[in-house]
Amino acid sequence: MRKHITLILAGLLSLVLAACGGQAQQSPTTAPAQPATTAPDQPTAAPASPEPTAAPAATAAPAGGTPAQPAAGGQIERILARGTLICGVNNNPLPGFATVDAAGVYRGFDIDFCRAVAAALFDDPNKIEFRPLSAQERFTALQTGEIDVLIRNSTWTLGRDGNLGLDWAPTTFYDGQGMMVRKDSGIETLEDMDGATICVQTGTTTELNLADQFRARGLTFTPVVFPDGDSTRAAYDAGQCDGFTTDKSGLISSLTLLSNPADHKILEVTMSKEPLGPAVRQGDAQWFDAVRWIVFATFQAEEYGITSQNVNDFLNSDVPEIRRFLGIEGDLAKGIGLSNDFAVRIIRHVGNYAEIYDRNLGPDTPFNLPRGLNALYTEGGLLYSPPFR
Amino acid sequence: MATEVSRPTSRRAPRQQIGLIEWLRKNLFSTWYNVIITVVLLYVIVQTVTSFVSWMVTAPGWPAAFTNIKLLLTWTYPVDQLWRPQAAMALVMLLLGLSSGLWGGIVRMVALGAAVISVALGFVAFTFPDLPGQTSLPGWLFMFICAVLLVGGDQLARLVGNKLRWPLIIAWLLAYPAVILILRGGIGLPVVETKLWGGLTLTLILAVSGIVLSFPLGVLLALGRRSSLPVIRTFCVLYIELIRGVPLVTVLFMGALLLPLFLPGGESIDALVRAVIAVTLFSAAYLAENVRGGLQSIPKGQVEAARALGLNVVQTTLLITLPQALRAVVPVLVGQFIALFKDTSLVVIIGLVDLLGAAQNIVGQPEWLGTPGGVWRETFLVIAAIYWVFSFTMSRISKRIEDQIARSRH
Repeated sequence: MRKHITLILAGLLSLVLAACGGQAQQSPTTAPAQPATTAPDQPTAAPASPEPTAAPAATAAPAGGTPAQPAAGGQIERILARGTLICGVNNNPLPGFATVDAAGVYRGFDIDFCRAVAAALFDDPNKIEFRPLSAQERFTALQTGEIDVLIRNSTWTLGRDGNLGLDWAPTTFYDGQGMMVRKDSGIETLEDMDGATICVQTGTTTELNLADQFRARGLTFTPVVFPDGDSTRAAYDAGQCDGFTTDKSGLISSLTLLSNPADHKILEVTMSKEPLGPAVRQGDAQWFDAVRWIVFATFQAEEYGITSQNVNDFLNSDVPEIRRFLGIEGDLAKGIGLSNDFAVRIIRHVGNYAEIYDRNLGPDTPFNLPRGLNALYTEGGLLYSPPFR
Repeated sequence: MATEVSRPTSRRAPRQQIGLIEWLRKNLFSTWYNVIITVVLLYVIVQTVTSFVSWMVTAPGWPAAFTNIKLLLTWTYPVDQLWRPQAAMALVMLLLGLSSGLWGGIVRMVALGAAVISVALGFVAFTFPDLPGQTSLPGWLFMFICAVLLVGGDQLARLVGNKLRWPLIIAWLLAYPAVILILRGGIGLPVVETKLWGGLTLTLILAVSGIVLSFPLGVLLALGRRSSLPVIRTFCVLYIELIRGVPLVTVLFMGALLLPLFLPGGESIDALVRAVIAVTLFSAAYLAENVRGGLQSIPKGQVEAARALGLNVVQTTLLITLPQALRAVVPVLVGQFIALFKDTSLVVIIGLVDLLGAAQNIVGQPEWLGTPGGVWRETFLVIAAIYWVFSFTMSRISKRIEDQIARSRH
């Protein structure tokens, strides 16, 4: 026993030493190039790891369109060989996006996109392993290759895209930060909130946006931070704060959980852009392309009106673009390492974007969230898929 | 005075027999301000209790915990494999029942308590829904079987008697690996990855693993800290003080976030194993200090006498000092284990879903969004009750052991 323990300890110690040594050697080369990476505005995410992955990505990115991926590929093969997709999801339930139902099955908007990726790869939406991740560890898990894709309501930002060594697939949900206050507080705009205490979840872009917005308006506020969404909401509900801020989708689902929902309102102001979408590790352009086009396929299917119900009828379609989209004609999907009929697989098992949205957030759910920006470009939204040709 | 001296000294002091009204008057209404305090407090207590009870009765959120009982207990463990946690629990219950018959005393108290709780839960379980594709026993039947195993084991062991002693000790030692094997599978059984584990199962596994694994490590560290070899002593002191100097959250974060960064890409240690290692390393440092306290409490004469009898250092430690030291610190150790049991809820921050995490998920399920005020009060009360039952049991055990030790010293 003693021997094992000492071995483990020795191993741990040497790992720590090795890592420290590695960082020390790296720092002279990376420090001039990236002066801002250690700034305090990325408090918990990934101290030093992006550098190793950033180098191969730089060479791989320009080659994104070409079918042959000599050095940088392999992720899809690894996933196929493993037999399951490992999808990082929210460990803290976000109603409508990721929860576990009474039978232990993951459900939600983010979950359905995980299933779409699995369906495209395996023709089986259940060949998937969900890895619940906290806000702090989500990017580390992606960087270390513990998960294949992160679909955990993570906002796409320049800082994260660049410094954390990640790549974001197209936004699946356009969100924005809102502010909830009590109706009897008399607060109508952010300007009324000078000196207010505000409940906010730590380690998120929300926290940073809040500070930026108030500073830009010359207002002061006291943040009251919590590690997860539940306790943030509970603290606001208990009257610890004047305001409660998070993404608007989160506010709407929180509203129904408050002791007396009628006493609260969400301010008109949208404080941020919060484009939420799947993220993959930088460095495998083919895998990134695959995830990107899987998301596009759900948009395109809605545009064509192809649903999980009628997809079989469309297989006999004569329209060339639909035939190309469904993989009946041409050899398009080979270039991104997917099977030619990947769009059919996604639509059959998971559905198009509208079906995914309605199933989890639409009128038949308690959320009844209007599509807003999350509508097709033809209907005034932002969902736009490049052509499948 | 003189008459008192002449009375027989063996006579006991007269017991003060006072009636209820006398007691009330003496303790609660002795002065006018005591009367006021009593009345005010009584009003507050009655108000609190009645409003709490009426809330309990009318609260709309209770179905949340009960329809999700599977999540609370086993999280995403495959529904068609649920018989395995049941089998593991039945095994432990049988062993507990047998031990109760053999050793009696505190063990019997625990076993009977477990049997009563099983029967009670069995009745509650009539309301639990059956899951689609469930191949395991229905909850109520399983709970009654547990009660039967406990009581039956107790009776059986009384019949068989002391012959069972060694087989039972060996069975207990094998129980931990056996339970892990049943849950995880491997030999003949389909493997259920630890990623799917969660809920109360995970909480118990973390706590028991922490307790079982940290114990030998902690004892070794305690002995090492008292060693006369400078290298070992320095290492142990450094380790203990380093770990005791940081919070458990930090150790967990180290295990969950930093460890994967050091490992080659794609390779990853199982998240549960990382948590178990972190909890064990953390707990061992505290345990070492407790055991060291016990070792220091042993008079020097014990060691000197042992040496005079010709025992070497190892024999002295194993036969003389360590048993006495451990005996002295048992209550402290149980207290530490209670703390460890509750501390395991911290693993929520590293993405494991324990009992607390499962409850948090239930609160977020869309079907409860229509419930005014949400279902978190009811759900968290249920898991608080679960935590309480385990912690309270352990604290009673510790109290009993303490009493026994105190009695054996007289």
